[in-house]
This record gives sequence, structure tokens and C-alpha cells, in this order.
Amino acid sequence: MNAIAAGAHQTGESGIFWVLAIVSVAAALGMIFMRKVVYSALLLAVVMLSLAVFYAVNEAPFLAFVQVIVYTGAVLMLFLFVIMVVGVSSTESMVETIRGQRVAAAIAGIGFGVLLILGIGDATLPTSAGLSKANSNGGNVMGLARLLFGNNANDGSDTANALRVSNNIQGYIFAFEVTSALLITAALGAMVLAHRERLKPKPTQRELSQARIKSDQVSPLPPPGTYARHNAVDMPALLPDGSVSELSVSPVIARRRGGSHDDLHGEGPESALRHGTATVKAVLEGQVEGQVEVERAESETSESKEEKK
Amino acid sequence: MTGHYLALSAILFTIGAVGVLIRRNAIVIFMCVELMLNATNLAFVAFSRMHGALDGQIIAFFVMVVAAAEVVVGLAIIMAIFRSRKSSSVDDANLLKY
Repeated sequence: MNAIAAGAHQTGESGIFWVLAIVSVAAALGMIFMRKVVYSALLLAVVMLSLAVFYAVNEAPFLAFVQVIVYTGAVLMLFLFVIMVVGVSSTESMVETIRGQRVAAAIAGIGFGVLLILGIGDATLPTSAGLSKANSNGGNVMGLARLLFGNNANDGSDTANALRVSNNIQGYIFAFEVTSALLITAALGAMVLAHRERLKPKPTQRELSQARIKSDQVSPLPPPGTYARHNAVDMPALLPDGSVSELSVSPVIARRRGGSHDDLHGEGPESALRHGTATVKAVLEGQVEGQVEVERAESETSESKEEKK
Repeated sequence: MTGHYLALSAILFTIGAVGVLIRRNAIVIFMCVELMLNATNLAFVAFSRMHGALDGQIIAFFVMVVAAAEVVVGLAIIMAIFRSRKSSSVDDANLLKY
């Protein structure tokens, strides 16, 4: 513990640095090159966790925990929620809107990075003062709290503090209070943006039953798995004559069963249902004849569907 | 060792910036912005240690607060756009209304 508090160059630190630097840079690169959004989010979690370790090594234990709790715990989970709502399966198109934009962006980015690192390499940095003195009086959290909330006249030990004391600046209390206004505004803004006004009145039970009588299907749809071998949601029900009831499986699930995670993007429920039933049929027929047949059966069923139309 | 951390911070920031430029998905762009903010936080923490004062950590803390607020509002905007356009690509959101 004393070695960590000492603030000098520790022997273990460079090892931690090199391992985690490679991990975090690789994860960051993977994040921007992954086609799937969920992979990007999980790789960002890797970067953030390694940054938390960096904070801990840099004598900022409070920030390390806040990094894990706020970033990895809250922000990234919020990202994952939104990804699940927007559609896990949505892959982005690789068509460039502006021609040559990717190459230009990559060149500009590499140039920017080289400039930054050259600038840092040229700078002469003083030897690290270490935070052992700042963290000594009650620890890191107490030190931060003293800076945030209190007047810090009594620990004007280092130059920054001495400057602040001489200018009679009372910590960061005002910025902290402004932060609360920012957070409230953000919460309100999120509520306003996420709110959806109902355009049509909510259908009453009477209207729903009238619509059902008017439609072809008066009875409820058959549940999946009825008379079938399993009762999983992706197992279609069997009709009395042994044939498959295509209506019993949700089209979204049926599409997933086929391996093409398309959800309902870019197509109406009608076409999704048509695709879905074709896939269900294909999977069922494929189970008997082997996996190779699935593709053929799928194309055949979709073709026969087209012919029927 | 401070220089090492600053270099790593610069690399992560650059990767985030490149990601913002080349990706089309609004959520991924947002994640790249988060990466850039995190990279600056690392620089702040490294500088804080170099100077032996805790002010850098306070600034990093404020950056985290602002980033959290930004994520909340930004994701709500992405959701609102997705509801009206059925897409989270930034190319489709060329009009703010309708």
C-alpha cells in the first residue's frame, strides 16, 4: 500500500501499463471496425474497464470506482438498452455517402494522432510529483471532497493550492452546483424526447372485438407448439391433419430461426409474415432431410409462395 | 510514465475521432465520442498525478458528469429519430423535422 501511495515510478506499473495499453488500444480499434453494434459496445466496455485500472494505478481510486459504476455500469448498459430497442441486427451499409470519405478520414485521423504524439514526445515533462501528499490527509475521497466543497486554505501545500488560496477561490462548489442544474435539464430533456403523443385514441375492447369479427381470423391464433414435439416458441403448431400451422409462430422469431437476423427492418409485417412462414417450413423440412436441404427448401417454398400469388 | 499515459490517451482519442468520422450508425458514433471523453479523462488523471494536485481528478469527474448527461439526451434523440425513420444511420437524419 505504501508503494502505491508513494507515487514514484513503481516496478509493477509499467507492466500493467503495457498489458492494458495493448488491450485497450486493440479493443478501441475493434470497436470502430466491428460491423455489429453490440460487439462495439462490449469492446467499449473493455476499454473503459482498462481505463478504470489506469485510474487506480494513477492514484485516483475514487475515479476508478466511478468509472466502473457510472461508465461501465450505467452508460454502457443504457447503450445496450438502446441497441436492443433499435435493433441488434441492424448492420450499417458500407456505401459511402461522400466518395473517398473513409480513406480521407483515416488519413486525417492518423495525421492527427501522429501530430499529437509528436507534440507529447517533444514536451519535457517534469518528474511525477505523485499524489501521496494530496491523498495523505484522509485519503483520495476526502481530498477530492475538500477541493469540491470546502475552502482549502489549510492544505495549501502544493503550488496549485497555493495559487488558489492566494486568489481566494473556494474550491469547485459553484461548478458542482451548476452540474445539478445540468443533470436535471438532461433528465427533463430525455423525458420530453422519449415521450410519444398518442395520435389515435386507444382502441377500446368493443372496437377490438368488432375488428376481430370483421377479419378472417375470429378465433385467437394457435399458440406455438400445439401438438408438436416441443412447445418452444419457435416450434409451429400442428393442425389436425398433421400439417404445420404457419400462423402459430411469430414472424420475428421465425426469421431468426432461419439465421437471417433481419427483424422487421425495411419491410412491412405482411412480407415479414410471408418470409417467416417460408422459413418455418424450410426449417421443419430441413430437419428431416439434413441441413443442406434447408436452403433449397427455403428457396422452393418462397418460389411456390410467389407462384401462388 | 506520464508521457506514456499521455501517448495512450492521444491514441485512444485519435481512434475515437476516426470512428466518429468513418461510422454511419449514430449509436456507434456516440460510443466513439464517449471513447474520446474517456481518453481526455486519462490525460487529466495523469496530469493530476504529475502535478501532485487533485484538481485534474476533479475535472475528470466533471467530464464524467457531463458525459452522462450527454449520453442520456443523445440516446433519447436517437430513439426519437429511430421512431420516425426506422433507422439509426446518420445519413437518413438529414432533416430535423418531419
